[in-house]
Formats: sequence, C-alpha cells, structure tokens
Amino acid sequence: MTTPVLSVRNLNIDYIGAETDFHAVKGVSFDIAPGELFGLAGESGCGKSTIAFAVSRLHRPPALIRKGSQILVDGRDVLTLDDAELRKFRWREVAMVFQSAMNSLNPVLTIEDQFYDVLRTHTGISRAKARTRAAELLKLVDISPDRLSAYPHQCSGGMRQRIVIAICLALNPKLLIMDEPTTALDVVVQREILQRIDVLRKQLGFSVLFITHDLSLMVQVSDRIGIMLEGELVEVNDAQTIYRAPQHAYTRKLWASMPRLHGTQITGEVTP
Amino acid sequence: MSDAPILALDNVSKIFGRADNPLYAARDVSFALHSGRTLALVGESGSGKTTAARLIMREYFPDKGQLLFRGAPMGKADSKALKAYRSSVQMVFQDPFASLNPAHTIHYHLDRPLRLHQRGLSRAQRRAAVEELLQRVKLDPGQLMAKFPHELSGGQRQRISIARALAVNPQVIVADEPTSMLDVSVRLGILNLLNDMKRQLGLALLYITHDIATARYVAEDIMVMYAGQIVEWGDMEAVLGNPQHPYTRLLLSAVPDPDRRFSEAGAELDQIETIRRQSALPQPDIRQVADNHFIRPMP
Repeated sequence: MTTPVLSVRNLNIDYIGAETDFHAVKGVSFDIAPGELFGLAGESGCGKSTIAFAVSRLHRPPALIRKGSQILVDGRDVLTLDDAELRKFRWREVAMVFQSAMNSLNPVLTIEDQFYDVLRTHTGISRAKARTRAAELLKLVDISPDRLSAYPHQCSGGMRQRIVIAICLALNPKLLIMDEPTTALDVVVQREILQRIDVLRKQLGFSVLFITHDLSLMVQVSDRIGIMLEGELVEVNDAQTIYRAPQHAYTRKLWASMPRLHGTQITGEVTP
Repeated sequence: MSDAPILALDNVSKIFGRADNPLYAARDVSFALHSGRTLALVGESGSGKTTAARLIMREYFPDKGQLLFRGAPMGKADSKALKAYRSSVQMVFQDPFASLNPAHTIHYHLDRPLRLHQRGLSRAQRRAAVEELLQRVKLDPGQLMAKFPHELSGGQRQRISIARALAVNPQVIVADEPTSMLDVSVRLGILNLLNDMKRQLGLALLYITHDIATARYVAEDIMVMYAGQIVEWGDMEAVLGNPQHPYTRLLLSAVPDPDRRFSEAGAELDQIETIRRQSALPQPDIRQVADNHFIRPMP
C-alpha cells in the first residue's frame, strides 16, 4: 500500500475555557491516500473545521491540540514543525480554501498582485515569470488571463472562489483542504467549481480533504467519507456505502432528515 | 385549484435602472396563491425571487401589472388599508440571527404584533395568545418567554419568526429561504412545521428557496425563475419529472444528487453559458406542456 498523504492519528483538540474545557475533537484517526478526495461531513459544531485548522496548524489558543495527537503529512509530523518549517510547509504541501474564501482576497490588490504575493514569498521568482505562472493557473480554473488586472470586486463570487483555488494550487500542494468551499454559491456555480476540482485532482494528482454539511453533494464528489458527530468520527466508508448502506445510526438519521429530489419522499419522522 | 386565489400577481414587472438601460428584476410575472397550498419559487441568486417576495410584501410597487388581493387590485394603498393587508400577509425571513431584535425578549416579539393588530385584547389575553403561539411552533412557553434571541439556537429562532408571522392570524405567509441557514436535522423540523401550519390553518404559502429538494418536500406547485422571468411552472412532480425549459434542466442537473456521480453529467452542463444567455432574453410566449405544467419557450 502507498503511504497516505495525510494520516491523522488519535487527534484530540480542546478549546480551553475559564471553568471547563470543550473537547471539540475526540480521538479522531483517518488517512487520505494520494489523489483521493476524502469528505468530512457533520452538522455545525461537530468539529470538522477544527480538524481542518489543525492539519494546516492554524490553531491559536484557546484551542489546544492534546499530547499524543499526530498529524502526518507525507510521513512528517506537522505538529512538531517550528515556525520556519511551518512557513515552508503551508501552501507548498497543504493549501486551504476557507469557507467564504471569496471574501479572503485583498480588496485593494489586483488578481495578479495576489498571485505575485504568494509566488514571491515562497519561490522568489521574478514579476514576469510570476505573471506567466498566474496566467497558467487562471486557465486551470477556466478564467481568462485578461482578469489578472482586475480587482476582486470586479469578479463574481464564483469567479473569486475559483481564483482562490488557483492561488492555492500555485505551488503544487499535495493536499488541498476545502472547508465548505461552495456553501455561499449557487448550485450551478457550485457544480462548475467542483467539477473543475475533480478534473484537476486527477490531472495534477493532489488529494483533497473536503468539508461540507451537504451529504448529497459529498456522495457525488468524494471517494470516501467520514461522518462526524460531536467531535467523534462515527463512520468512515466509501461514498456509495455511506449512501446506500450507512452503518451508523447517526448517518441513517442524517439521510432521513434530507428531503429527496426524486423517488419516494422521506416520511419526515426522525427519532432524535 | 378550483377555489379563488387569495393573492395573485398579474403580469407584474419591476424595473430598476435608467430608462435607456432597464434591468427587469421581474418581467411579466404572474402567479396565484391558494389557501391550503404551497407554491415554491426556485432559482439562483439574482434571479428575482426576493423581488417577487418584496412585491407581495408591498415593499416594491409594480411598474407594470397589478397585485390582486382576494380578487381586488391593490393600488398604492393608504396606511389603513396597508395595515389590514399586513395582518393578512406575513413574511418569514432567511436569517434567524438578524430578523429578531437582540434587545427584546421573545415575549416582546410575539406580544407586539398582537398589540398592533388586535387592539381589543387585554394584557392577560395577549399573554395567553403568546403562550398558544409558542406551543403551536412546538416551543415551551414557560422556558422561552423571558429569554432573549441570543439565548436561542438557530432553529428555535426560526420557530419564533414563524410564531411572530402567525400572531396576526394571516392568510398568506411568504417564507424567503427559511431553512438555508439551519442544519439538516433542524431544517426538517421547520419544514414539518410549515406543512402543519398549511394543513391546520389553511394558509397559503409562498416558499422561496434555491434548494429544490426541500421545495419538493413542502410544496404542491413549483415555479422556476431566471433573470426576472418565471420560465417554467406547474405541478411539482410534473415539472421535476419532465422538465422542459433548458434552464430548469440545467438547474436540476446541477442540484447535488447522491444517485448520480459527477461523470454522469447531463448535456446541459456543457452549455451553461448558452443556456444562461438565452434564458435571460424576454420570453413572451407561453406553452402548455400538460394539464398543470407550463413553460415560456426560449426565443
């Protein structure tokens, strides 16, 4: 078996409070293989974003990653990296697309400058070379290179989201983390973007950790899915099993709560 | 559909922008709301769904066409007529975090519509009415009345918004994306509540959403809107089972569906731009597909 790109082992994360701590992630372990699209699903507050933040080491106090937790990217423990190593690690090995990422572009810089910012910091290449690379990256996400001179407010929400994805791919990361990347977008735009991601990950070979609360969407795009409930990973299975033969009672409950587009409608009775 | 509609839009257009470059937020929109039925209005952002809601709520006045309430056209009504209208037509908003006043208790939120619209009630009667409203939306009055919105969950707040709309004994409720900010398990509770209200109180509901699966759960009829026009409408199962307008097909093929992998994409997804451009053009003709199923064919 090939080494997994991401291997999370016994991850425990607490949010430290004045009186009590909140145990947000409880002993979570999972692997993501090279080129795999792994989905993490669950309702608000179940700890899915907390895991994503831990993998890119973005947590600050009061979040505390407990001793004994391991996050291995390509065999190296992310939790032991020092600041200099961390700077090299982020973007080059793991890049992250945030929820409402389309609002994370700097409003006073052109699209080209935002690419240059990343490329200069991480590779130190010249302005002209950065421009060529940025144009290439934009083409990957179906945006015309004319847009390089545009400002974020001149682009639609879907376009901005695709630009953020292109910037994330600038250094050929091994793992792309996407935390609810299309929640704020329309279904048609959402479909365009995810279809593009699906093509790109097969073409470029990166893995994806995809986080969403939309289970139907997740079954469509993911290879394997993990279902989270109150900080625990209660079921991990391939996407079709999660849909057709869910093993955990909570997974079944989630499906029973989701109105169907075709066929027999759900009964509307869910035992809590 | 034999009974007369409570509320109807008749060929309504709403135009923004200057005369030389008009933007039709609603173009020749016609539909009717019937008691005990839910009509779903679906479409993407910017398609004009909320404009339709605002036209019904009298926040916008039609530039063309008219709004009919119980068969009578509503002009630029005086404040008294408007108040009577408001006690018949109520709205539930999308964001349960923004639509309640953070400085007031739950009791205040439900007491106020009663004070404004049912002047005859005594304080004790109003209190009893508030308790009844909370029970109707399946919340515990004893526990919640004195609380403030920030002490409630999103689902509880949306139930308060529904209770507030019900306080004036309306005949029509316009719900604009009432569940889009809620988790799946909470969402189902709100959808069930809307269904119960419709059946028990005989309300006419306009359910505005971009989520077609939830629309199918609560509504008997559906309208698909794009660029200010209703491009396809009719019986829910007829439209979803046999979509005729290219835009409806595009929308349906993009909706997350666990039965279809991405590789099995429909032909519509290869022509997104063409379909969008064509669907935005004026489509004046109406073609009947089935008994209760219509489209405006693309020119």
